[in-house]
Order: sequence, then structure tokens, then C-alpha cells
Amino acid sequence: MFDLTGKCALITGASGGIGGEIAKSLHAAGATVGLSGTREAPLQELAATLGDRAHVLPCNLSDADAVNALPKQAAEAMGAVDILVNNAGITRDNLFMRMSEDEWNAVLEVNLTATFRLCKGVLRGMMKSRWGRIVNISSVVGATGNPGQGNYAAAKAGMVGMSKSLAYEVASRGITVNSVAPGFIETAMTDKLNDDQKSAILQQIPAGRMGTSEEIAAAVLYLASPEAGYVTGSTLHVNGGMAML
Amino acid sequence: MSDIADRVRKIVVEHLGVEEEKVVESASFIDDLGADSLDTVELVMAFEEEFGIEIPDDAAETIQSFGDAVKFIKEAA
Repeated sequence: MFDLTGKCALITGASGGIGGEIAKSLHAAGATVGLSGTREAPLQELAATLGDRAHVLPCNLSDADAVNALPKQAAEAMGAVDILVNNAGITRDNLFMRMSEDEWNAVLEVNLTATFRLCKGVLRGMMKSRWGRIVNISSVVGATGNPGQGNYAAAKAGMVGMSKSLAYEVASRGITVNSVAPGFIETAMTDKLNDDQKSAILQQIPAGRMGTSEEIAAAVLYLASPEAGYVTGSTLHVNGGMAML
Repeated sequence: MSDIADRVRKIVVEHLGVEEEKVVESASFIDDLGADSLDTVELVMAFEEEFGIEIPDDAAETIQSFGDAVKFIKEAA
């Protein structure tokens, strides 16, 4: 099940905890992977761990020209882009009343606009091959909101609306577009929380624990697989029951 | 008929699965040949490849009929 042999997948934010795990999981299923991220060193490290079928494609997602060039670079390196995972994201948290235009724009640019640009860039090849999988990593806060994250929540909710619209347009060409919305996941970001903050969060999660990067990667692997060909425009919530949507 | 028109017609016939006789100069891809809007995007992609040209999005929007396509490609190629 979930055999991706012969498929080529481009993953953004592959230098991070969740992105790296997504790359590992698609690679383990047989896919060739293009690892994108801002920092090259961790990408090289990951590529070395994976061995064959791994390409490093550094890209700064706040640079429009670099983003527009990435799908082509990925296709040249791997031969095609059959699977696109838009996982990269940044936060610039602030109370709404204090949020600057710069904080708003930076988050929208990287989390939403770069996703739009990359989707657009890979569609041509997917249309021609009559097969494609786009998986956009949203967030539970895109559905529930979160104080201090007006910009981030807007971008993540925007991603879902964009995915659904695109899913409509390309469904007849064998291309699916879905979102995965993680809840609280153990990453470098959540490691920084203190015990009080962690226990407050855990009280809101019926599963009583944070999720793991592997559990997000498993959801992405499913949506990227041939078996998920009839699933499109959906959002798979992976949040331990924190928000049942 | 020019070589360009023949090549364009072949692409249209293959992509839209229509009879060759229907692909006349005034034939609109959407109104006469049953294309949907995404088909017109794919046709433009196919023209770009066949003729080794680049058709920008704003120009692509003006290519609505078989005649439009042949005219544009003749000028661009």
C-alpha cells in the first residue's frame, strides 16, 4: 500500500521537523524527493541520510523570483514534479492591535502567496501527465483561530480556500489538491514551551498528548498516494481531537 | 491551407476529439468545439510546445477560436 515508486515529490520546509519527516516518509514509499528550504546545511544532512533519490533545492520563499524558478529547478533535477507538499511556514505572532503591516505581509507572503506560486508552477507538468498530488500543510488555527496569530491563521485558512478552488479546476485531469491541518505537534518550536504552557495545551487535547511529525507525515503520504485519488478538496485534521471538524 | 493551420488543426482535433471539418477559421473552442476553459489552457500549452514559442497569459486569453490561434502563431513563429 502507498507505493510511490517512480513519483517525484517536491517538499518545502524540508529542513524543519515536520517537513523532514514528510520527506522521509515519501522517500521510504519509493518517491524521489526534492528537499527545499531556506537553510542548506540541514537539507544536505537530510539528503545524505536518505541516500539515493534525494535532491537539495534551497529556496527563500519570500523571494518571488526564486519561488517561481523552483518548480522548474525541481523538474530538471528529478525529471518531473508529481507531488508537491507546501509545508514551509513562518510565524510573526503579535496581538492584533499591535501587529505591523510587515508582520502581516511576511506571513502571508511565505505561507500563502508562495504556496500559490508553487502550485501554479507545478500544474503544467501535472496536467500533461494527467496525474498530480498537491498537499498543503495548513493548521488547526486556520479553522479555529488563535490569539496572537491573526496573520498566521489568515494564511492557513486562505490555503484551505485556495486548495478547494484549485481542486475544483483540476479534478478532471487526475490532480488532487488537499490540505493537512496539524494540531499541536512536538517540534523544535513546541520544545520551547515551558511545562505550564504545555499542560495548559494538553488540557484542550482529548488524546492527552501532542502529536508527532510522523503522524503528520502519514497523513501526507496517504493524500499523496494513488489510493487517495478520489479524495480532493478535503482537509485532513490531525490534532488528537482538539478540534473535531 | 498553410502548414501552421494544419498543425494547429491536428492539435485541436486530437485534444478536443472533434471532427476535422468542424475546425474552421471562425470555430470558437468553447462555443463550437465543446472545450471548457481548462481545455483552452491546455490547447495553448500544446501550441507552445508544437511551435516552440511562449504565449503569455494575457495573449492566451485572446485566443478564443481556431482562426485566432493560427493568426497568433503565424505572427509569433
